[in-house]
Amino acid sequence: MNQPKNIVQKIWDEHLVAQQPDSPALLYIDRQLIHEVTSPQAFTGLRQRGLQVRRPDRTTATVDHALPTLPSPDGTLAGRLALADELSQKQIAQLETNTQEFGIQCYGPASDRNGIVHVIGPELGLTQPGMTIVCGDSHTSTHGAFGALAFGIGTSEVEHVLATQCLLQRQPKTCKVEVVGKPGKGVSAKDIILALIAKIGVAGGVGYVLEYCGEAIRALNMDERMTVCNMSIEAGARAGLIAPDEVTFAYLADCPLAPKGAEWDAALEKWKQLPSDPDASYDRVVTLDISNLEPMITFGTNPGMGMPITASVPFPSDYSDESQKAALEKALAYMDLQPGAPLLGHAVDVVFIGSCTNSRMTDLRQAAQVMRGRKVAKGVRVLVVPGSQPIKRQAEAEGLDKVFLEAGAEWREAGCSMCIAMNGDQIEPGQYAVSTSNRNFEGRQGKGGRTLLASPWTAAAAAVTGVVADVRTMLDD
Amino acid sequence: MQPLTKLNSRVVALPLNDIDTDQIIPARFLKVTDKADLAANLFADWRFTADGSPRPDFVLNQPQSRGAQILFAGNNFGCGSSREHAPWALTGFGFRVVVATSFGDIFRNNALKNGLLPVRVDADTHQKMREVLEENPQGEWSLDLEAQSLSLPGGLTVHFDVDPFSKTCLMRGTDELGYLLSFMDQILAYEQAHGKQVGA
Repeated sequence: MNQPKNIVQKIWDEHLVAQQPDSPALLYIDRQLIHEVTSPQAFTGLRQRGLQVRRPDRTTATVDHALPTLPSPDGTLAGRLALADELSQKQIAQLETNTQEFGIQCYGPASDRNGIVHVIGPELGLTQPGMTIVCGDSHTSTHGAFGALAFGIGTSEVEHVLATQCLLQRQPKTCKVEVVGKPGKGVSAKDIILALIAKIGVAGGVGYVLEYCGEAIRALNMDERMTVCNMSIEAGARAGLIAPDEVTFAYLADCPLAPKGAEWDAALEKWKQLPSDPDASYDRVVTLDISNLEPMITFGTNPGMGMPITASVPFPSDYSDESQKAALEKALAYMDLQPGAPLLGHAVDVVFIGSCTNSRMTDLRQAAQVMRGRKVAKGVRVLVVPGSQPIKRQAEAEGLDKVFLEAGAEWREAGCSMCIAMNGDQIEPGQYAVSTSNRNFEGRQGKGGRTLLASPWTAAAAAVTGVVADVRTMLDD
Repeated sequence: MQPLTKLNSRVVALPLNDIDTDQIIPARFLKVTDKADLAANLFADWRFTADGSPRPDFVLNQPQSRGAQILFAGNNFGCGSSREHAPWALTGFGFRVVVATSFGDIFRNNALKNGLLPVRVDADTHQKMREVLEENPQGEWSLDLEAQSLSLPGGLTVHFDVDPFSKTCLMRGTDELGYLLSFMDQILAYEQAHGKQVGA
């Protein structure tokens, strides 16, 4: 009998092209996604070596990081692009040139399918179970929600895949993350992943691929599964994945570029073989019980510095490790927060609902659930940024744009927006933002800005109260 | 890529945990389409005040950092974003070696492709190295990549692991793409065998 394998081992074995002694393996890459910020130097490298893009059919581009999300002042695309600074305009134009020259499909700003790379890949059906998927972006782990082995790479590796459709890789260790229990009211996928990162730490997953399983994971829809897998990298894991099931297949059936007809039937047969064998082993197992989980919020300057919304900021003296103590002191100084103080009731300047973590329909519906019939608190700036143009249209068809606009929020075009603060959307020095994005690093959302990571529900609660609030008191039972 | 075999250098001490790539090079400097000039903004928000003048208390602005090729960091160095601009900024500044108790996976890969050696040491060794550095902040450390060792003033010699493939690439200054391209026959055969060839 064959050795039982987990899903990561199955995908690895299926994509192994060659393995020399004392050298990393050649791993075949089924799909590469590229964007404007981390690809220009890769194309320059190809040209310098006189190489072609080997498989443009396995490469797809979008523009998201540097693209302004403000609506065009005159309704034209040129008007919107003119909102970008000169360097960004050049970067965006260069991606268009590169993709045209090398024959790569680009869902650029002119496309009605434009959006954040980790939103449009799944939406188009480019992301499929069992695939290896890479992108020059650490949140590529998002695509693991479909049972793909998906991870972020640097620009040199982008060039490697463009040139050969392969990467040099060492087989990752595997960690099974069993999430048990049923979430209470107001507790979302974002809270699950923030709780996991708080538990294992921002370096807890280094060297591992995380496989999320357990009843609480099975109960999530695809949007929610993407939120969980998206933040695997914030625990240090390059990839996180969830074995495909009927929820996955139902989502894919409607995607334009997913297999159709007889190809669908054949694909489905293969996908059903992917889940880990019952006796498969892992290098590590972690269990998270969410039965009593509260909505989570971060207080510090990395995503592991998170706590239940009703908790108080920890004391440096709570830590025995000197370097952890120093890290917390530094973080609290930057955040201007006092140890022992609650975050509930803390004033907020900005609320950002968007990013590859939380900009999909489930997220926007949850935010709208809180904001419907309420007003944005005085002095608070609220941005709601859909992850893609199709999501924008769907939200508008459901009237969610009206909910946000009537509350006093800004309703934007699709893009990375305030998650990365390189496209005009950013917070000011000293401001506090409750953000549904994935990183609360110093300056991440704007130099000197202070980020509190939370779910769309919690962000919407902050938007309408002007303070960090417990959304559970605002949701119907 | 410049070969890396041996070097003697002073050391920049930045022994903080979880230094993320947004600190190494903030996102607003990623609008470039080449690799030049990133070093000017290495650790920009720690290194400069709001008006752009150097903060005298930040280590990179202090005289002993000038020309230093070794960076001594804490745990989980280079976590966060996949931006290769981080190793580009570090090597542009002159660094060839980063010492830490662990590294972000993507950063580590990116560093090795740019002639920047990530030296991973255990916590006890890290502490001993830190003590040497505190006693002798101006002292030079010696790297011998062939021997996989770092020699510190006062006699402490630290041996570290580096996989044979990365070591060869670093010592020869070769990059991985040439190696990958040499497998083109196997790649084509893999595609045929798995129904992944063009038009399949």
